[in-house]
Amino acid sequence: MIPTLDHYLVLSALVFCIGLAGVVMRRSLIVIYMSLELMLTASIIALAAFSRFNQSLDGQVLVFFIITVAAAEVAVGLAIIVALFRQRKTSHTDEIAWLKF
Amino acid sequence: MPEKYWWLILVLPLLSAASVALVLRPFRAVSMGVSLLSAWVSFAVALWGFWSQAGSPESVRWMSVGGLSFQFGLVTDGLAKVMLLVVTGVGALIHLFSTGYMSEDPGKSRFFGCLSLFMFSMSGVVLSDNLAMTFVFWELVGVSSYLLIGFWFEKPSASAAANKAFIVNRIGDFGFMIGILTVWSLLGSLNYTQLQSFANDGRVAAVPAGLLTVAVLGLFCGAVGKSAQVPLHVWLPDAMEGPTPVSALIHAATMVAAGIYFLCRVFFLVELSPVALSVIAGIGGLTAIFAALIATQQDDIKRVLAYSTLSQLGYMVLAVGLGSPAAGMFHLTTHAFFKALLFLGAGSLIHAAHHEQNIWKMGGLGKKMPVTFVTFAIGTLALCGCPFLSGFYSKDAILIVAYETNRTLFWVALGTALLTSFYMTRLFVVSFLGEPRGDGAAHAHESPWAMTLPLVVLALLSIVGGYGSAITGALGLQGLPHTHPMAAVGGSVAVFVLGSLAGFLVYRGAKEEKITFKILKSKFYVDEIYEVCVVRASDAIAAVVGWMDTWIIGGVMVRGVALCASVTGQVFRIMQAGNVQVYAFWFALGVAVMLYWMMGR
Repeated sequence: MIPTLDHYLVLSALVFCIGLAGVVMRRSLIVIYMSLELMLTASIIALAAFSRFNQSLDGQVLVFFIITVAAAEVAVGLAIIVALFRQRKTSHTDEIAWLKF
Repeated sequence: MPEKYWWLILVLPLLSAASVALVLRPFRAVSMGVSLLSAWVSFAVALWGFWSQAGSPESVRWMSVGGLSFQFGLVTDGLAKVMLLVVTGVGALIHLFSTGYMSEDPGKSRFFGCLSLFMFSMSGVVLSDNLAMTFVFWELVGVSSYLLIGFWFEKPSASAAANKAFIVNRIGDFGFMIGILTVWSLLGSLNYTQLQSFANDGRVAAVPAGLLTVAVLGLFCGAVGKSAQVPLHVWLPDAMEGPTPVSALIHAATMVAAGIYFLCRVFFLVELSPVALSVIAGIGGLTAIFAALIATQQDDIKRVLAYSTLSQLGYMVLAVGLGSPAAGMFHLTTHAFFKALLFLGAGSLIHAAHHEQNIWKMGGLGKKMPVTFVTFAIGTLALCGCPFLSGFYSKDAILIVAYETNRTLFWVALGTALLTSFYMTRLFVVSFLGEPRGDGAAHAHESPWAMTLPLVVLALLSIVGGYGSAITGALGLQGLPHTHPMAAVGGSVAVFVLGSLAGFLVYRGAKEEKITFKILKSKFYVDEIYEVCVVRASDAIAAVVGWMDTWIIGGVMVRGVALCASVTGQVFRIMQAGNVQVYAFWFALGVAVMLYWMMGR
C-alpha cells in the first residue's frame, strides 16, 4: 500500500488531538509543555506531507521556521516555568489558578 | 426725579432681609434694628408717595422671550397707594410690637429677617404693574408666610401648619397660573395698564365669554387661596401656630388681603364676566357666614380671631363680587387696622398670661392690663360695627351695596354681622371680665411700651379710619354708595346691639361654655372631610403609583435589566476558572466551532 496525502493528514490530526488532549487534561506544566510541542510536531508533519505531495519546497521552508521558533519558545517557556516554580513551589496548573477576576 | 423713590419701598426691606440672612444673624439686636429701620423708612416713603403727586417710575425690561417681553414696573395709582400705606404702616407698627413680643426669643434675628422678606414681597404684590410680576411676588409672599408660620419649627404642629398653608396656597396658585396664561393667550398682554385699555376699547368684550370667565375664575382661584375663602380656608386657622405678630401682620392685615387687593386691581376684567361676578359674590357670602358660625364656638383666642378674619375677608370678596371694589378696599383698610389691633391685643394678653391662649383660662385681665383692655375694647367695637367707629362705615358700605343689588346676600351679610357682634362680645367678656380662671391670668401684668404703643396707634386708627375721604377718595375706583337706605343702616345698628347684648348676657360671669354646638366646635368637619377625600385619596393614588414605581419601573425595568446582565455575567464567570488549561480548552472548542461553521457546512 502506498501512503497517500490523506494518510499523512490523518496522522497529523491524530497527533494534534493527542497533543491538545495533553494540554487540556494533564496537570503538570512540563507535560503540558511537551504536549504543546506535540501539537507543533503535528503541524510539521502536515506541512512536510503537503510539500512532498505538491512538489514544492515552500512547506519544508516553513517547517524549518517552526522548528526554530519552537526552540526559541522552549527556551522562554522553560524559563518562565522555572521562575514560577521558584516562586510557588509547584508546577501544577490547578494550584496556580489565579488568572480569574 | 422723585418718582425713583418708589423703588426704595422694595429695595429697603430686601436689603434688610439679605443683610440679616447673610451677615447680621449672629447679632440679634443689630438685625432687629435694621429690620425695624427698613420698615419705618418704607412707611415714610409710602406716606410721602401718598401725599406727593409723583408718578410711576420708568419700568425696567426684565427679560424678553420671543414675542413676550416682561417689564419690571411699578404701578402707583390710588389703589396701590392706599394698600401700600396699610401694608407699610401696619407693618411698621407690628415691627415695633415684635421688638417687645419677641425680645426673649433666641431666633429673633431669623424672625426679623423673615419679616423683612415678607415686607419686600408684600410691597411687591402691591406695586407690581403686570400679572407675571404679581405672580412672582405672590409666591414670595407664600414663601415668607411659610417661613413665619413655621417659625417655631421645633413644634410639630407649627411645621405641619406651615406645610398646610403652603400646600393649600399652591392649589389656589395653580388656578392663578391658569388664569394668567389664559389672559395672556386671549389678550396678548399681562400689563395692567394695557389690559385696562383693552377693556376700555372693547377688545376684552370681543373674546368669547366662556374663555373670559375661565380666565377670571382662574385669577380668582389665586385670591381664594391667599385670602382663604371656602373651600381653601383651612390653612388660615392653623396658621395661628406662628408668632402672634405674624398672625396680626400676615394672617389678618396684609397677606390675606392681597387676594382682595388683586381682585380690585383686575376688576376691569372681573366686571366683564357676570358669571364670575356671581361666583365671587357667592363664595364671599358663604365664607362670611360659614366662618362666623365656626367662630362662635372656638376657645382659642387666636382661632376666634382667625375665623373672624375669614368671615371679614368673605365680606370683602362679597363686596367685589357685587360690583363694588371700593367698598371691599374700604373694609380691607379699616379691617387691617382693627384686626391688627385685635391680634396684637391678643398677643399682649398671651404674652402677659404666659402663653395661655384658651380664653376660658383667662378672665379678669381688664383690671391688670388697662391699655390692652381699652384698646382691645375699641377693636372689638370697631369689628362689631359699633356706630361712629371705622368698622361701622366700611361694613355699612358693603351692606348697602348688597341691599341694592342682591337681597339674599344682604340677609347673609346681616346674619354674619349679628354673629360677629355675638362672638366678639363673647371673646371680650370671657377673657377680660370676671375672675381670673388660670395661673397665667392671675399673675398677668401690663406689657412694655413697645407693645402698647402700637396698640394705641392702631386703636386711634380704628376709630378715625372710617372718616374723611382720604382713603376712599384716593381709591379712584367706582365710588362708594351714596344713598343710605334705612333698612341697611338700621339693620346694621340693630344687629350690633342685638348681638352684643346677647353675647354679654349669655357669657357674663360664665366660667365655662354656655351653649354647645358640636358641629360648629369641630368646624363643620371640613378638616376631617378633607382628610378622607383628599389626603386618603391621594394616599391611595400614591400607593398605586408607588407600587408601579417599585415593581414596574424599579423592578422590571431597572432591576430586571440589571438582573439580566448579572445572570449573564454569572454564567460567563463559570468559564473564568483561572486555570490556564480551562482557557485553552475553551479556546480549542471555539476554534473547532468556527472551523465547523466555516468549512463543515
